[in-house]
This record gives sequence, C-alpha cells and structure tokens, in this order.
Amino acid sequence: MGYAERNTWVQLVTSLIGTVVYLAIIVPQLARGRVEEIEWGWLMLWTILATIAASIVLSIVWGIIAGLRNPDEEHRADQRDREIEWFGERIGQAFLVIGGLAALLLTALEVHWFWIGNAIFLGFSLSAFLGGTARLVAYRRGFQ
Amino acid sequence: MGKPTRVTNSIRPLREAAGLTQAELARRVDVTRQTLIAIEHGKYSPSLELAFQISRIFAVPLEDVFQYPEE
Repeated sequence: MGYAERNTWVQLVTSLIGTVVYLAIIVPQLARGRVEEIEWGWLMLWTILATIAASIVLSIVWGIIAGLRNPDEEHRADQRDREIEWFGERIGQAFLVIGGLAALLLTALEVHWFWIGNAIFLGFSLSAFLGGTARLVAYRRGFQ
Repeated sequence: MGKPTRVTNSIRPLREAAGLTQAELARRVDVTRQTLIAIEHGKYSPSLELAFQISRIFAVPLEDVFQYPEE
C-alpha cells in the first residue's frame, strides 16, 4: 500500500470514528430532552479538532512503521494519487454543498441552531466518508 | 472512474526482457511502484506523457507498449 492510499485510510477511519463518537453522545441526549438543553457546540468543535489531530498522528506513526518494515518505502504522491484525490474531492464536495444548502434552508425556516450546526457537521462527515470511500475504491478497483 | 479501459499493454514482458524490476522502472519514469503495478495490471491509464516516457525506456514505438483493439 502506497503513501497516499495509507493516508486515505487514516482520514477515512478517523473521520468515521469521530462522527460515530459525536453521534453516540448527542443522539441519546436528543432522545431524552429538548435541543435547547443539549451542549453540542464545544463537543462538535472538540470532535473536529481531535479527528484532525488523530489523523495527523496516525499518518506519522503508520508512515514510520511502514518505513521500518520497508526502507525503500516512498513518502510521496504521484500523478495517479493526485488524480484519485481530485476524483474523491469531487464526490465529497457534492455532500458539502448539500450540507450547506440544508443549513441555508433550516436558517430560512428559523429552526433551532442545533439543527443548522449539525446539518453542516453532517455535510462535512458525509463528504469525508464518501470522498474517502470513493478514493479507496479507485485505488483498489482501478482508476481510468 | 468510468468504464474499464480497452487499452492493454506489454509493459511486463518488455520490462522483464530489459531486466528491470517494477521499482527500477517506476523510479526511471518518476512514479511510485504502486502506480506502475496499477498500469501493468490495466487498473490505471497513464497520461500520454507518461506512456511516451515508458516507451522511451524500452526504446520501442508507443504502440509496441500500449495497444488499442480495432473496432
């Protein structure tokens, strides 16, 4: 597995874990009470920051392990990696737009900002997950 | 990703005849070994520039390396 594919795995797994942890904390509170009582703002911010930090640390650690196992390991992306990255970004971007449009619509409807913030967060999460999945499929099944 | 490519290639036999490993050929055309493997297996269509670079390594015309079937 090459450097860029490895980093795609790291980003996909960390974003998925971050989203699952956030939802595991928020959804039970949502089921119990009113959205006005849910402390979601700082939790969301910390989830995003922790996901980014975990992604960087895991990429470095996995890179070191791969380098120890194979000293000829290349730590660079080439033409194919860049094309696959653009492909994944194009897929992911669609969900960012959907999240943004959903937030605009919810703002126009004057719903509670809990839903607006979480619509954007869900857009980010889906973008990262589906963009990453598309990239991994391109690496595994081929990319023309 | 699109449709599977109809382009086939003869990189592997040419490479073996030239006594080059995948890593050596990849280094000479400035791609990763994973990309060269993907090209050899028909999982990635290289750019025209990269295709020319590969054919120059083997000192053969482009169509001896990459083939496209007649209709």
